[in-house]
Amino acid sequence: MANIKELTKQPERLCGGHRLCGGCGASIAVRQCLMGAGDSEVVVSSATGCLEVSTTIYPYSSWNGSFIHNAFANSAATMSGVEAAFKGLKAAGKIPEDRDVKFVAFGGDGGTYDIGFQSLSGAMERGHNMVYVCYDNGAYMNTGIQRSSATPLHAWATTAEVGEAQQGKKENRKDLTAIMAEHHIPYVAQASVGYWKDLVEKAEKAFNADGPAFLNVLAPCPRGWRTKPEDTTEIARLAVDTKFWPLFEVDHGEWNLTMPAKVVREGFKPVVDFLKPQGRFKHLFKPGNEALLEEMQTTTDEYYSWLERRCAAE
Amino acid sequence: MAKAEQKTTAATGNAFVAEAYRQVAPDVVCAYPITPQTTIVEEFAKFVAKGKVHTEFVAVESEHSSMSASIGASAAGARTMTATSSQGLAYMWEELHIASGLRLPIIMTNTNRAISAPINIHCDHSDVMGARDTGWVILFAENAQEAYDHTIMSVRIAEENSLPVMPTLDGFITTHSIARAEVLDDESVANFVGEFTPEHAMLAEGKPVTVGGFASLGNAYLEVKKAEREAIDASADSILAIGKEFEELTGRPYAHIEGYGMEDAETAIIILGSSAGNARAVAREMRAEGKKVGVIKIRTYRPFPSKEIAEMVKGCKAIAVLDRAESFGAPAGPLALDTMSALYENNVMVPLRPYIYGLGGADVRLDLIRSVYDDLDKAAAGEPSPGLVYLGAH
Repeated sequence: MANIKELTKQPERLCGGHRLCGGCGASIAVRQCLMGAGDSEVVVSSATGCLEVSTTIYPYSSWNGSFIHNAFANSAATMSGVEAAFKGLKAAGKIPEDRDVKFVAFGGDGGTYDIGFQSLSGAMERGHNMVYVCYDNGAYMNTGIQRSSATPLHAWATTAEVGEAQQGKKENRKDLTAIMAEHHIPYVAQASVGYWKDLVEKAEKAFNADGPAFLNVLAPCPRGWRTKPEDTTEIARLAVDTKFWPLFEVDHGEWNLTMPAKVVREGFKPVVDFLKPQGRFKHLFKPGNEALLEEMQTTTDEYYSWLERRCAAE
Repeated sequence: MAKAEQKTTAATGNAFVAEAYRQVAPDVVCAYPITPQTTIVEEFAKFVAKGKVHTEFVAVESEHSSMSASIGASAAGARTMTATSSQGLAYMWEELHIASGLRLPIIMTNTNRAISAPINIHCDHSDVMGARDTGWVILFAENAQEAYDHTIMSVRIAEENSLPVMPTLDGFITTHSIARAEVLDDESVANFVGEFTPEHAMLAEGKPVTVGGFASLGNAYLEVKKAEREAIDASADSILAIGKEFEELTGRPYAHIEGYGMEDAETAIIILGSSAGNARAVAREMRAEGKKVGVIKIRTYRPFPSKEIAEMVKGCKAIAVLDRAESFGAPAGPLALDTMSALYENNVMVPLRPYIYGLGGADVRLDLIRSVYDDLDKAAAGEPSPGLVYLGAH
């Protein structure tokens, strides 16, 4: 992989001046992922959501290469069509055989875990040579912080409220990364905008995989997480350091944890370190909710140990 | 354009459509199976497997993805075709608007079928009528020949007007019956449809484009929709010009509407699709009995040929519009509503009786059609309309 100095010289594919919020994890995720494409020509799609809305306000576009937004449920299907066109036009002799284009579809967690799940699964199964990137901020942020199947257990959302009868979301999140790994596609990985090197390396592997690849990138949303914009990458790191969002990859069927060596060496932090700075979890720190806080630690530990066993089983 | 060599063969309507797809040889076909469309896609999949076409065939996991991928492919610069029916067309609904709003020349055959519930696989026009306001050019074929011809013409109509086009044929009646049709040679079709050279394409090298941007500020959305309205209105003349060229090639004329007996008809039935044949058969019998009856068959349903219809019926004493689809809560079915607007708009005040017939493949018996002409005699004599009539229902 290129070093950080070389990365700064890469073509800027998502230009500054877009209207995403200060501290938005989505634009960081997109820029870091696209760095993995090196000097290649890249064609991008996005599901309906903050990323699309804020980067394509007519008559402006923040995209240097070709970009398409179709609808909410179909970033993957749309890009599969673009990729099919590339093959069909090559077969027709309208695109030279040696032209190389990277195809990447973006979607938030709502557009990926929920409404776009079928479209994603289908596109991956069909083997299109494309990368799908989910920027996961754990709720429908564009419509105002409604719960999705990526919303963590007990997190507050505007459709998983906190009150006398309920303490945020009652259900565990869907393990989408593992589900995508079970599609047995060439490359699947989970990353965080807090660990840029790991993310860019994974993106590079995804772009170079011969066939479909899937990246699930944790991308904090200061509005929805009730955090300070300047803390985005710090919180994205804490998610990893507390095992809440483990870093791993499934490279041609081989499961590998890619947790930061320093964290593994020095020991993981308690999950409260990740939860505490976030307003969406503040109810968990109220008297009477000690058991819920404990449950957050238990479910985090249990998932991580399942993942360790899964990786060791290889 | 000189007349081409043609071969007369017998096949199902769907086989003729698939043959047209092969001859057009699109760059991309995305499709998902649904009765009674399946045999089009199956036939085409055989052409792909045999290496007869260069097409990238994408067997998607749903109709929503079928239209989504078609939109991606078309925006990328590929000539793109697909086919669907019924629930599949309904499942695509949001994407139909996006295809037309992005002005993508996608060609999609629809095999007309009822919409659930209750579930029913047979012919009516409930599916297409759900798409009538989505900005697609919509053509109705009466038989296999028209289904074949419309498929080929649709490519030109779509690409010259930057609009998606939906050529339709009636489920089972036309899709699965074996009929005789004349087929062009491959070269003539290739020459007729020509190369697809879009003005903007995502894969045009060195000319990146942003497709599907956010137009919520100011009046951009309003302006885009107005341009879309102007485009579909303007496509009417373009369809006729393309039809004229197609006639020179095949000897088969194209008009937005076709009249039978309309030169002197006192009463007439307006109808879409395969049942036009039934209506003509009855009209022929009745004319032999000395009754001045006629039939108007509509081929171009969107853009709606208002002027042509008003012009053709203006000498009639009464007309009936037969709808093979509902528009629940409205005074009549969709075609009757369109016709009422057309007459009003053109100041032609002829008594109009709306009927619903043949839903879910219900038989379109000749005696039912004859009963409509009998009703029209009463209407012509000034008898008040009973309102919407369900033909053949209890």
